[in-house]
Amino acid sequence: MEPRHTISIWVDNIPGVLSRVTGLFSGRGFNIESLCVAETIDPEVSRITIVSTGDEQITEQIIKQLRKLINIIKVVDLSELEHVEREMVLVRVKAEDKSRAEVLRIADIFRCRVVDVSANTYTLEITGNHEKIRAVLDLLKNHGVQEVARTGTLAIQRSKKE
Amino acid sequence: MKLNGAQILMKCLEREGVKHIFGYPGGAVIDIYDELTRTPHIKHFLVRHEQAAVHAADGYARASSKVGVALVTSGPGATNTVTGIASAYMDSIPIVVFTGQVPTALIGNDAFQEVDIVGITRPCTKHNYLIKDVKDLAQTIHEAFHIARSGRPGPVLVDLPKDVQQAITVPKFPDTVKIKSYNPTYHANPRQVARALDMILQARKPVLYTGGGIVLSDSSKELYTFATALQIPVTSTLMGLGGFPGDHPLWMGMLGMHGTYCANMAVSQADVLIAVGARFDDRVTGKLSEFAPHAKIIHIDIDPSSISKNVVVDVPIVGDCRDTLRQLNELLESKPARDWPEVRQAWLDTVKQWDKDHPLTYVWDDQVIKPQFVIEKLYELTRGEAYITTEVGQNQMWAAQFYKFKYPRRLMTSGGLGVMGYGFPAAMGVQVAQPDACVIDIAGDGSIQMNIQEMITVVENNLPVKIAILNNSYLGMVRQWQQIFYERRYSHTDIHAAPDFVKLADAYGAVGLRATKPEEVEPVIKEALKAPRPVVMDFRVEREECVMPMVPAGKAMHEMLLA
Repeated sequence: MEPRHTISIWVDNIPGVLSRVTGLFSGRGFNIESLCVAETIDPEVSRITIVSTGDEQITEQIIKQLRKLINIIKVVDLSELEHVEREMVLVRVKAEDKSRAEVLRIADIFRCRVVDVSANTYTLEITGNHEKIRAVLDLLKNHGVQEVARTGTLAIQRSKKE
Repeated sequence: MKLNGAQILMKCLEREGVKHIFGYPGGAVIDIYDELTRTPHIKHFLVRHEQAAVHAADGYARASSKVGVALVTSGPGATNTVTGIASAYMDSIPIVVFTGQVPTALIGNDAFQEVDIVGITRPCTKHNYLIKDVKDLAQTIHEAFHIARSGRPGPVLVDLPKDVQQAITVPKFPDTVKIKSYNPTYHANPRQVARALDMILQARKPVLYTGGGIVLSDSSKELYTFATALQIPVTSTLMGLGGFPGDHPLWMGMLGMHGTYCANMAVSQADVLIAVGARFDDRVTGKLSEFAPHAKIIHIDIDPSSISKNVVVDVPIVGDCRDTLRQLNELLESKPARDWPEVRQAWLDTVKQWDKDHPLTYVWDDQVIKPQFVIEKLYELTRGEAYITTEVGQNQMWAAQFYKFKYPRRLMTSGGLGVMGYGFPAAMGVQVAQPDACVIDIAGDGSIQMNIQEMITVVENNLPVKIAILNNSYLGMVRQWQQIFYERRYSHTDIHAAPDFVKLADAYGAVGLRATKPEEVEPVIKEALKAPRPVVMDFRVEREECVMPMVPAGKAMHEMLLA
């Protein structure tokens, strides 16, 4: 499989910028695995986090093309740096008589929170990196996942060690 | 002073030094057109189709080194500009296109003549704007011109809703532009330049491969100094023709799919390839894995995304071509002098031999006009001084091969997008920029019909553009592919059902001339060049002539077909 790259993009917080970014990906055949976007502390700047797959040359090209867009302020490939990644997932999973306890146990082991309960389902909030989320979802699949909503990966660079 | 949006636009254009615009009115720009009646220092040329306005602005920009300007209405006016904009984008031509838009309150309502032109042109403009507040107008227009002409140039579109044109404010005209996220690198890193020069000085078989960047950055003098000092043979892309004199002994001709044997062999054998302002387009490289297989590659370009996009390079240099070549020339002077003609002798002899073995040529015919002969005669009778525009297809390639461009900014052609119908409106723009120059559109009988409505524009405005139609009654380039790769199945490329171009010229009020025999070519060209009016020359040429040599798509450059 081609390597995943987590790219942080700081952009002017004005209409149309997100479509410039996503249009660039679709127009040039680059892949988007996930995408997050929201305002930063500075309301004039938004931060986009894109996870993309591709070899070194493709990733280099993606970053150069992004930097060419006028409303893009800064682009960083976090995969090249020490960084922390998190994603949040809301998942509604079947939890009937026999499996109710087991689902709760899985939730407990992975430090998920139960955010909604019904007679035969639990809705769990899972936070973690890509691998952890895959692990939890794999386990929950056995019990019957009814619906999933994911934020996509967020990432931030670790502070420099003294 | 209080002004409305349309008045502010005129003031902005004046401040940007705009003297000519090409356009077509409509409901959403009627306020701007009204203001034009009170703006005598801006001359507006009324085209007959909006696509032509953009090509004309493109030709104007190339011939004048200024930013070309087009003005059209909303909806269909705007969508008609898309081909022109996409062509300017591919060729990095600085133009600003103003489109009218429905009033802001109606945007998104599927109003009459509404279209999301900012959305449509997002991937084919360098940048674009929808202005929603008249207070942003002056600043945005200044930014638009700045973005169009700086860095790697390109088209910028500004969408102007009707109510913004009518709204009143006290404008502040900015003198400077500051875009925090836009800062092109002009000055190349001196360390990289030094590395490149060391590599070049050690090369035994160096080749200069230059592109449109040489023309756009006006660096042909610097290129000449560098190439002649080190006796490096030069080839260029279609877009770079004229950047190095086409009659110089170091000139090898164009490279690529229809490049010369000499240029393609030289690149295939080179040990150092110096790419300047070129972008390794597929029509140039052929099969990528076999392009310049023995060469270390130095790539100079102002656009970092062009570097290592198709071919991974050894020495990347981000910078303006002119600045970088100047640095190279200065650094070269500090190096110990060597007898370069002596050092280079063997390599230049090899190159010359390739040229002797397989020069650009064609088979003469006493009875039938060969299209290449027409171009040769045009070259001869204009002494290589004309401004040449081309359409797309065989006419374009023969013009590139047989008109030896001696100066930059003399060839205007839709190189990247390959737009049939580009050449004639572009010639119109060139003639506006260079009113005293001889401007010739080298056309095919297919292409010329794509924007022929502009005949009336050149007649109305006394723009004495000459059109040389290489008329073979085919869509010649596609026919050529069908002949070579599709066993002569000429599917829908026979266009002998055509208008009488001489009568057509006459109907428009232009001069129409025809040549059907080789001996008529020269008198027709002479008469056309003498006429102070627009002229259509209908050259009835050999129907099944092919552009040769040819590297079949996807093949390596040394695998070219020679005849």
